[in-house]
Amino acid sequence: MNEDSKKFILELAKDNKRNYGSRGLDDFRNLIIEANVSKNAEGSAKVMLGKTIVIAGVKMEIGTPYPDTPNQGNLICSGEMNAIADNEFEPGRPGEDAIELSRVVDRGIRESGAIDFEKLCIAPGEKAWNVLVDFYILNNDGNLIDACGIAAIAALKLARMPKVDEEGKIIHGEWSEQKVPFIKTPIPTTFFKIGDKIFADADKEEQEASEARLTVTTSSNEINALQKGGSGAFTIKEIEECLAKSFKIKDKIVDVISKIK
Amino acid sequence: MSYKKSGRFDKRKPDETRPMEMSIGVLPNCQGSSRVKVGDTIVIAGVYGPKKARPKHEEEKDRLLIKCYYDLVSFSVTDRARPGPSRRSTELGLVIKNALERSIFVEKYPRSMIEIFMEIVQADAGSRCAAIIAASLALADAGIEMRGLMPAVACGKIDDLICVDLTKAEEDVHEGGGATDIPIAYLPSHDEITLLQLDGKISKEDLIEAIKMGTVACKKIHNQMKETIAGKYEKGEMKK
Repeated sequence: MNEDSKKFILELAKDNKRNYGSRGLDDFRNLIIEANVSKNAEGSAKVMLGKTIVIAGVKMEIGTPYPDTPNQGNLICSGEMNAIADNEFEPGRPGEDAIELSRVVDRGIRESGAIDFEKLCIAPGEKAWNVLVDFYILNNDGNLIDACGIAAIAALKLARMPKVDEEGKIIHGEWSEQKVPFIKTPIPTTFFKIGDKIFADADKEEQEASEARLTVTTSSNEINALQKGGSGAFTIKEIEECLAKSFKIKDKIVDVISKIK
Repeated sequence: MSYKKSGRFDKRKPDETRPMEMSIGVLPNCQGSSRVKVGDTIVIAGVYGPKKARPKHEEEKDRLLIKCYYDLVSFSVTDRARPGPSRRSTELGLVIKNALERSIFVEKYPRSMIEIFMEIVQADAGSRCAAIIAASLALADAGIEMRGLMPAVACGKIDDLICVDLTKAEEDVHEGGGATDIPIAYLPSHDEITLLQLDGKISKEDLIEAIKMGTVACKKIHNQMKETIAGKYEKGEMKK
């Protein structure tokens, strides 16, 4: 990104304005969620957040529970910074940014108790369902954590349990009436510090003008996950500001998610 | 039982492809992009470039370097695929690149490279052929100078029936002669086969008949591809 664009974004930030249109600092870009974009998945969704495009899908597998949680199923989230999404992303194995992204999304879902893991236990200590949520970034225009988190939640909300045969093996391509036990809607909201202002839903250019970000994942009245990123820092007052905004933004996003089916 | 007598599961004629949907310009960051749906197979393709070749040692001083990545989305298949590159996706990336290269004026872009990415979002057989159609459309959308658009289709044989564009259910037929799958890519402007693979068992005569049926189907797909490209400009849409 060139220095002039960065200066421009910083100048505008001083007056609480942002680069494009009349979007306020707390406003999200237009959010469109498309349900069931891939029919072989247990559940899937496409999220378009401005020009950022992400698809997420859920697959269920039967595995062995962890020894310390013998009566629970498990969640595995993974995502990549797919090279199709951005000229600057490199093809190949996920790098550190992609791993951070997956782990932040994973933590929010896991810690909020969005999935009733005990319902996913088939035989304590022996067999339980694993929930595998994978997301693919198709176009990067910033704020990937929020877009991926929303896509993952939408896909989970839509996910059906696969049918199993008499021996307890999955019948691929057939689903039962039962849904994946999804009971809460945790939403990650990421705030970018630009100059001394806090921006919600930064696009790619704004993100590059920012030195620090804070992701706050909330569900109902709780904070379930935090992640501070970037080399900059936040004051406690700024953290309070992010927390307050995060609940408001979450409610709006939950509204959009509640409409999909 | 004979598939010639009983006909195909989805009542298609032997030389009839599944319904196809094509659109271009679907990804804002790419120079060119497309979405192609062939029956229940969905591919999104994106092209970056031409840009400076890298790594430097792979640069060609008199021609374009093409990098091609075929990626099966983990939840595109009923039995989840492990995310990331596999031996299969690496091979498919290579054969698709070899096919597409024939359609591009590579000598017009010395020291440059393009990257072609194909994401299989939903898979129901024929994904490499759908990926070639999508990639070729994305290349045209990116304004890369080409000899022509390149359609592709799987031709083959189900038991005793020679046909085109097999579905997953058809590929899985084991009765009688079983299924033989022969993906081809074809450059109609030059009447050349640019991708040819085969899985199964088939006689020499049947193979040639199948390939001929495949090229006829490719010509029809080619027409739809041309209309897709023309449609964008007829509507007076400005390139982003």
